This record gives sequence, C-alpha cells and structure tokens, in this order.
Amino acid sequence: MTQVAYTVKLGKLDALTDTPTHYCAGCEHGTLTRLIAAAINNLGIREKTVMIDSVGCSVLAYNYFNCDHIVAAHGRAPAVAAGLKRVHPELMIFSVQGDGDAVSIGLLEMIYAAKRATPITVFLVNNAIYGMTGGQMAPTTLEGQVTTTTPFGRDVHLTGTELDASKLIATIDGAAYVKRASLAVQEISSQRGKVYTIKNILDAKKSVENAFKVQALGGFAFVELLSTCSINWKMPVLEAKRFVNESMVKKFPLGLYKDTFGVEKR
Amino acid sequence: MGGKRVYLKGNEALAYGALEAGLNAYFAYPITPSSEIPETLAKEFGSKKYPEYKFFLQAASELEAINMVIGAASGGARAMTATSSPGFSLKQEGLSYAACMELPFLIVDICRAGPGLGNLGPEQSDYFQGTKGGGHGSYRLIVLAPATVQEMALLPRLGFDLAFKYRNPTLILGDAFTGQLKEDVEFPEFTPERYDVSSWATTGAKGRPPHILNSLELDYQKHFKHIGRIYEKYRRAQENEVRFEDYRTEDAETVIVAFGIASRIAKGAVNRLRSKGVKVGLFRPITLWPFPKVQLRKLASQGKQFLVVELNTGQMLEDVKLAVGDGVTVDFLGKWGGVVPTEAEIESKLRRLEVAAV
Repeated sequence: MTQVAYTVKLGKLDALTDTPTHYCAGCEHGTLTRLIAAAINNLGIREKTVMIDSVGCSVLAYNYFNCDHIVAAHGRAPAVAAGLKRVHPELMIFSVQGDGDAVSIGLLEMIYAAKRATPITVFLVNNAIYGMTGGQMAPTTLEGQVTTTTPFGRDVHLTGTELDASKLIATIDGAAYVKRASLAVQEISSQRGKVYTIKNILDAKKSVENAFKVQALGGFAFVELLSTCSINWKMPVLEAKRFVNESMVKKFPLGLYKDTFGVEKR
Repeated sequence: MGGKRVYLKGNEALAYGALEAGLNAYFAYPITPSSEIPETLAKEFGSKKYPEYKFFLQAASELEAINMVIGAASGGARAMTATSSPGFSLKQEGLSYAACMELPFLIVDICRAGPGLGNLGPEQSDYFQGTKGGGHGSYRLIVLAPATVQEMALLPRLGFDLAFKYRNPTLILGDAFTGQLKEDVEFPEFTPERYDVSSWATTGAKGRPPHILNSLELDYQKHFKHIGRIYEKYRRAQENEVRFEDYRTEDAETVIVAFGIASRIAKGAVNRLRSKGVKVGLFRPITLWPFPKVQLRKLASQGKQFLVVELNTGQMLEDVKLAVGDGVTVDFLGKWGGVVPTEAEIESKLRRLEVAAV
C-alpha cells in the first residue's frame, strides 16, 4: 500500500492563467508548466518574458502562461527566439520543445542557437516518443522500444541509436548551461513501505530557475527533462515512471553537463 | 546617401534602399545571384549613417534565416531577408506562418533559372510561387517587381510601408539581371512612416494582457473567421495598392505586358516599332500582387490585343488572360533557362501578331 509522505502547497502564480491544461493524466508537462511559472514568479520576470511555443504537446502553452507568446513552426523555436532576442535583448525568452521538435526536425536551429551563445533558455521534454502525433519513433526512442512506427521495437541497425541531446549540446562552446533532470517521481522503499519521492522534481525546479539565471547572465541555457508518455507508451502511469527511472536514465544519465557561469554552486 | 547620384549594382541598391527605409535587422543566407545584398548589409552594419540598423546575422540555413525574421518582426522590428529561387522555395514554410500570424517584414527573391538548381541566369519563374501564396494554406504576399536599379533602391520603402500597413510580408521579386545590373541611382530624402506596433508586438506583457502571435487555431469557426478577415485585408489591398507603368498604350493596337527586366527589353522594342509607325505600347505591372487586372480589362475593352513577354514558360500570362477575359487575343513570348529575348525577337513576334490580326 502506497502512502503520500509529503504535502505540496499549490497556490495561484501570476505567471499562470486560470486555464486548466490539456495534458494527459500522468504527463509531466503539467509539472514543468508549474516549475517554469514558479521560476518566472521567483525571479520577477513575467512582464519581460516571451515564450516561444513549439509544435508538439506544448503547442497550446499560450493558454497557460500569462506572458507574451510566439507560436513557432515545428523545430524552429530557437531561431524565432534568436531573432526576437537580437532586437529585444532586454526580454527573457524561453521555449519548451519535445524531442521530435528539438532533436529531430529542429536540431540545426538548436545547435546554432547554442553555437552563437544566444542568450535564450530551451527546455527539452524528452519522453522518447512523438506524443502529439500519436506515438511515433523519436530520435530518443530507446532500442527495442515499441512505437507506432517501430511496431516490432526500435531496430538500431536501421534507425541508429538514441541521440543524446544534452551530451551533444554540451560539446558546443557557446552553450553555458546544460543539465539533464527528470520529472518522474521515484519509487523508494522506506520504513513505511513503498513511497514516492519528488527529489527529481525538486532538482528539476532548481535547474529550471538556473536556466533563466544563465540567460540573464547572457548565456545559452539548455535543460533536458526526462518525462513519461504513458498514453503512447501504453503503460499505466506508475509503470511509466518506473520506465524513466530504470530504463531511460541508463541511456540518458541525469546530471550537470555544463555550467560555465557556475550557477549551480551559487 | 543624401540625394546624390551613385553607381551601384541592383543588389547593392536594394540593400541601401532597405537601410534608407529604416531597416532594423537583417538575417542572411548566401545564394547567387543575391549575395551582394547580405554582403552590402554586412559591410554597413555598425555604420553611424544608419543608427536604426541594429542587427546583422548570417544564419545557418534559409529556414533559420526566415524564422529569425519571424522572431524579429514579432518584436515589431523592420526585419528582412533575401534569397534566390532555390532558397525561396525553402522560405515558403516561414511565409505561410508569417502571413497567418500577420507579421510585417520584407523578403527579396533575386530569381534565377529553375527548376532545381537551374543556373545563375535570370528568370521570372518564381512568379507563381511569389504571387499565388507559395506555401501551404490560403494567403498572399504583396509582390513588387523592380525593373531598374533605381527601383531596386526605392521599392524597399514601399515594401516596408505596405508590409506594416497590411501586417503581411512583402516580397520584392527581382531577377538575376536586375540584381547584377549596374546603373546610376538616386536616393531622394525619405522619412519612413512609423506604424504603431504596440497592440500586437511581443515585447513583454507589462501592464497589458499578453500578446499571442500564432497561426494555430483549433476551433474551425474561429479559423474560418481569421482567414476571412485576412482576405478582407487583401481585398482592401487589391482596391488601393495596385501600381503599374502605362507606356504609350493610349492609341496602341497591341499592348505588350511585361514586368521586371523583360519590360525593359519590351520598352526598347516598343520604341523601335513606334519609330516605324507601328502602334504598340507597354503595360508593366509593378505590383504583381495585387495584380492590375482592372486596368488590363479596361485596355482590353478598348479593343486592344496583347503580347505577354516573360522570362519563363508563361506564368503571368495566366493572370493576363484572366484579367482580359475570353475573346481577346493574348499571345506569348517566353524565354527561360537564363536566356533573354532580344528587342528584335519581340519586334518580329509582334509583327506576326499584327499580320494575324489583319
């Protein structure tokens, strides 16, 4: 029998509208929405924040964040962000992109935004699948993982192995902050039996805020957030969380990949 | 430039024209025969002569460049990019989004021979892609066609003005010839009109509700209304923004219809034929969209016949035929692949048409 071992105080955040999100049950997009809004509130930057909404599950985020928005074409969010940042350097600009958006069709835009040390913040939701389009293979789909376009499991001889975005971006000189965190709650054993810890989420919260701080310092910040897609993975929610904590982290190890300004230590 | 005469390539003149029109940001990707535009703008970046010119950046791809333009235009800046035909195909994605998001900016296509890589010679074969809404969905670009280096210098002023007036991208559709040609040009003093962007630009929601620049609308009825409103805007542009040159058409029996560089060769042919007593004239659309169909219909109603001359296999020809209607003779002389017609070829084609009419 699982027990709730913590309580979370939720309150109204200025950076959020009252619109309920469309995200599926168990999906961490809602968690990330909350973390980003909390960071915007804590840093007091709502009135100068512009979100670039990208194609994928986060495309409707303009309904949820109480700030200016530009909705970009599939994969192009970092280019749109860069264009706006150059004419309005005073703005704080961020995107929330999926793995299909950022690591497949928009990889060039992502790499070049980092290469030029563009002061923007990019959040990559890595759920190892194309969620919005109904569960096709993403560049991050694990070997053997079943998707609608890999019905017999991902064959790495044909499609290559998983693309590690954090590792890749960290090799680029212009990237100032690269962090891989997880939004999946973790099952642990305690004296009271099985409990779920939100340690990962608290760490992700810190990373999200750091990513804005790095932008304020003039750097390109990239935070990859491992997430579930229980609907398209066709797994119960808790099993999906376990898949992140047991399988995905092996291919996509959590941690700080780069921190040029040393914001983690501050 | 201060009103003095300078000797410039068409592409250089266009770059200076954009600066004089108040350019704020340029996003580049090199492609022949348009590269003098980014080269000139790179050279002038940081110059004290153009204090409003805040940013120049070479992008990693045509897609990146057009999306940077989208970002800068979203912030209310006067942004621009230029390309040539193969690159213009890649721009279509961004143009479709921008038209739906109602973003004002300037895009230039220095058209070369196609399809595919084609070659670096002049063609006017991007007429369809430019005037019919080359990307997906229902939209139009405002399309301006320069015929001289002087027009390359001045059309950016009109281009930015119309872009902001109608909140829609404007295309300047040149060709390898108008881009590479070197002529004397003047830049008369000019103060760009300032448009208020504060009701829509994404500059931070300070003391106001958020601005959302978006092409996504999942509610079909709302999207129906949005596109309808954009087309209402286009209808106003069609009523008010048609521009053309009418040359010796008044008593002409045959009117040559040509734009851009083809119109200059045609004008030479008209002058040759006039000196021999042949009653011909030239009608030159400057706005390819909105197309001067009313004016062409009027000429047709006066019993004139038409010869369309283009550097393609017959694209504007379709719009001329639509404008003049059935029962009117519309002949065509096209050259493509980088080949241009000579005045003599136009003259002989026209003489055959005259004979056929008798």
